[in-house]
Amino acid sequence: MAIVDSTRELEPRERAPIGWEGRTAQEMLEESEWLFAQSGAYWGLDGDLELKGADPIRYEKLFSRVRGGLVSARETALNISASPIVKEIGELCFALYTPEGDSVALSTGIIVHVHTMSDAIKHMVRSAYEDNPRIEPGDIFTNNDAMIGDVHNADVQTIVPIFFEGELVGWAGGVTHEIDIGAKTPGGVPVGPISRFEDGIDLPAKKIGSHDELWRDHVEAGKKGTRTPMYWTLDERTRLAGCHMVREAVERVILEEGVDVYKRFVREVIEDGRRAFKSRLREMTVPGRYRAPAFIELPFAKEAQLPSYARVDHALHAAVELRITRDAVLELDYDGTSAWGHHSGNCTPSSMQGAIWVMLTQTLICNDKVNDGAYLGLRANFPPGTLSNHSNPNASTGNAWYFLIPSFMGFIKSLSRSLQARGFVEEVLAPYGLTANAFQGGGITQYGTPGATTNFGLSCVGGGAKMLLDGLDYGAAMWNPEGDMGDMEMWELIEPFLYLGQRVKPNTAGPGRHRGGSGYECLRLAWKTPFFEMQNIGNGRMFMQSGLWGGYPAAPAYRHNIRDTDFFAVVARGEPYPVHEPDPADSALERVISGTRQFDLETTTLPEMMRQGDLYLSVLRGGAGLGDPLERPYESVMEDIDGDFLLARYAEPVYGVVPGDPDATEAARAAARDRRGDEAVPVREWMAAERERVLAGDFIEPVRRMYAESLRLSQRWAAEFREFWDLPEDFDYDIETPEVDIAKALIAQAGATA
Amino acid sequence: MKLDAQGLRDLVDERLPRGRVRAVQSAHKDPGRFDAYIALLQERVPWDDPIVLPFGEHLHIVAKGPGAFVVKCDCGHEFCSHERNWKLEALVRVRDDVESLREVYPEKMHGDPEWNVLREYFCPGCRAQLEVEAVPPGYPVVHDFVPDLEGFYEEWLGRPLPGAAA
Repeated sequence: MAIVDSTRELEPRERAPIGWEGRTAQEMLEESEWLFAQSGAYWGLDGDLELKGADPIRYEKLFSRVRGGLVSARETALNISASPIVKEIGELCFALYTPEGDSVALSTGIIVHVHTMSDAIKHMVRSAYEDNPRIEPGDIFTNNDAMIGDVHNADVQTIVPIFFEGELVGWAGGVTHEIDIGAKTPGGVPVGPISRFEDGIDLPAKKIGSHDELWRDHVEAGKKGTRTPMYWTLDERTRLAGCHMVREAVERVILEEGVDVYKRFVREVIEDGRRAFKSRLREMTVPGRYRAPAFIELPFAKEAQLPSYARVDHALHAAVELRITRDAVLELDYDGTSAWGHHSGNCTPSSMQGAIWVMLTQTLICNDKVNDGAYLGLRANFPPGTLSNHSNPNASTGNAWYFLIPSFMGFIKSLSRSLQARGFVEEVLAPYGLTANAFQGGGITQYGTPGATTNFGLSCVGGGAKMLLDGLDYGAAMWNPEGDMGDMEMWELIEPFLYLGQRVKPNTAGPGRHRGGSGYECLRLAWKTPFFEMQNIGNGRMFMQSGLWGGYPAAPAYRHNIRDTDFFAVVARGEPYPVHEPDPADSALERVISGTRQFDLETTTLPEMMRQGDLYLSVLRGGAGLGDPLERPYESVMEDIDGDFLLARYAEPVYGVVPGDPDATEAARAAARDRRGDEAVPVREWMAAERERVLAGDFIEPVRRMYAESLRLSQRWAAEFREFWDLPEDFDYDIETPEVDIAKALIAQAGATA
Repeated sequence: MKLDAQGLRDLVDERLPRGRVRAVQSAHKDPGRFDAYIALLQERVPWDDPIVLPFGEHLHIVAKGPGAFVVKCDCGHEFCSHERNWKLEALVRVRDDVESLREVYPEKMHGDPEWNVLREYFCPGCRAQLEVEAVPPGYPVVHDFVPDLEGFYEEWLGRPLPGAAA
């Protein structure tokens, strides 16, 4: 007990709980979860929705007003930002939550974060932030911790409580994606971190302001934590202004409609969302089991600067299984997935839920009330120790998208099987393109000052082929439904690299009856920079995920970077210089420009220095195809050739099309079908030979390790693998899997602690 | 939005104007679409086994007597029971070297066959390419989809599964 009066005043005093009807927010959350467990309905609302039933027009108007407030907040607040990622591309979103942290409605934009912020709010409520550091009117919170509720550090959240007459009536949350997060290597999707301690600015659900003002110590720390302090500072103000606009919109609704109506509304609208999701599942899908494993390489064995335990080539396996139950619950199961690793491509359950969310909003619930009701209709199994749930307090999630994006291609693909089975052919979509290459780096800019960039031209890769249409060309990103590549002029303002050219990249799309959307490429010239360290991020060795029903996967890509070039000498001689590379087998870039060349499949690398005159080719991927390529109309193939989507020499081997000769095309296609018969073998015959290879482990080390990790982390997957190949019951590969050992030790420790 | 039989035919044949396709996508789904789509598929196949579920391009699950449902191609080739993986009864061509991969993809854009291969599955009847897998060598043949036919018909559609065992 204090002995000085002024100190005594600091001693804890009784404070009224901030929740409804005298409860704490934590008690509300516990009650909500208990009622859901008991009734299967949000807050136990298992009967008629009274507000909706009594006055449906008022109910819809309420939703529209809240939704309008969120969209308006986003569209207005983004003008505060200076970051092209936020201002031009729209890498931000806002959402409204209940006091317990369930989302009520959301804005447009990078809505992957609607559920991640829900996780962050629930963490604060569950951890009794109400007592310490307290939740009061005018407070400001932030979070970017994927273990709490986020995808990766670069997605920074600002969360503001909304009070009315002393009660917490909700939360407003906003996210922006930072162009640089101050990680070990530059950018917003850093490849360099191998542990959490290298992921950059770390904001694990913190209070950072009061009385509607950001605390100065937090602001100053942020400026020092990133390579791009101006963008960081203005992005934070963007989020805060947007949250305050959302708060005002809610206050206005409460003042006009009454707080009791508002309280009833937010619960009914989430239960409405849950019911709508279930009915959409019943309306558009078929119950059953779907599988679509995905793969991507992470080749780090070449990275000499990494410690030996991280200097490993990984083949990453996403064992994606989707189940739709008879009672219309969507189950997503990653049992059998590869182990977490000493790299930045690990995910947490919150990352995974974010990705599920953004998939659902673009498929099953795109034209209904989108909120956490859909989350309540989901069950997920992200096994601890795997890439989908690293469960390791030390693991990095700096570039969680590296695993998320490939793995969720299987979600879309599986859902499309269901949509076609119900006859909704207009909704069918083959797997989207990998949002890569990430043109990302940092160093000294053309202004002579330090800087960093993540070029969000990657927001416009190829979309997956549709059943009725080719995929969207250079215009899609799975995680932001508003695909936008930005303006080259803007990127040139912040990056010390000129665009020599930006064009469609032939043959990036997966072939099929409908081809995937095409990717594009940019040839960049380092300009007025003494050094800028540049990464390559994407797939070069693995396809990741094939197309649908005979459609091929999108093409992997390659690296073509040249240092110490003679580019300026070529220009000085008045000779034409290359501006793109339509055909890597016949490269003007290779013929005309001399220098130290990297022209290979090393498409994921740690940063390497570039300087004025160096050249960097950024190849953006295409989407997967759908249907047998031999069924693609002759005219469509000719248009592909004319539009630079397809190299003419691939018309016949892929599509059976003889350019300029429809009659010869028919004969070529008949011959191609005959050749299939000649070259193919019965699957069981092939399996007999392949089994010997499996038994002998005749694979490269990364593939053997991939199998060993899945065998050791999942009994079910192991049993199925052994049964399929008719292997001994204890079959395994003789290879070390240290990350599996660490995962098992951590899981055992967590079990013992619990 | 409900399309009449000709409208659905046009949609499937890609003759419906884009604006109307967009309208169909944005509107509430037609609860009669499943039956209409099956009727359309049925009129286009040269055999009479009743289709109980569309199963991707070219493939259908059809009723073959009491309690028997098989995966069947447009061309009439029958693979196996719908609960088993039809791919095991298909033909396969594996692209597991640089040369064969370069028939489909340009140099440096075909991945590394030591890391993953392409498996093309063909119908033994008509040679249609029904699926492609992109997987590491040694990966089990993926069983893409096992529908719960009984649950779908009886619990979701509220009617007996055609051809179900008595």
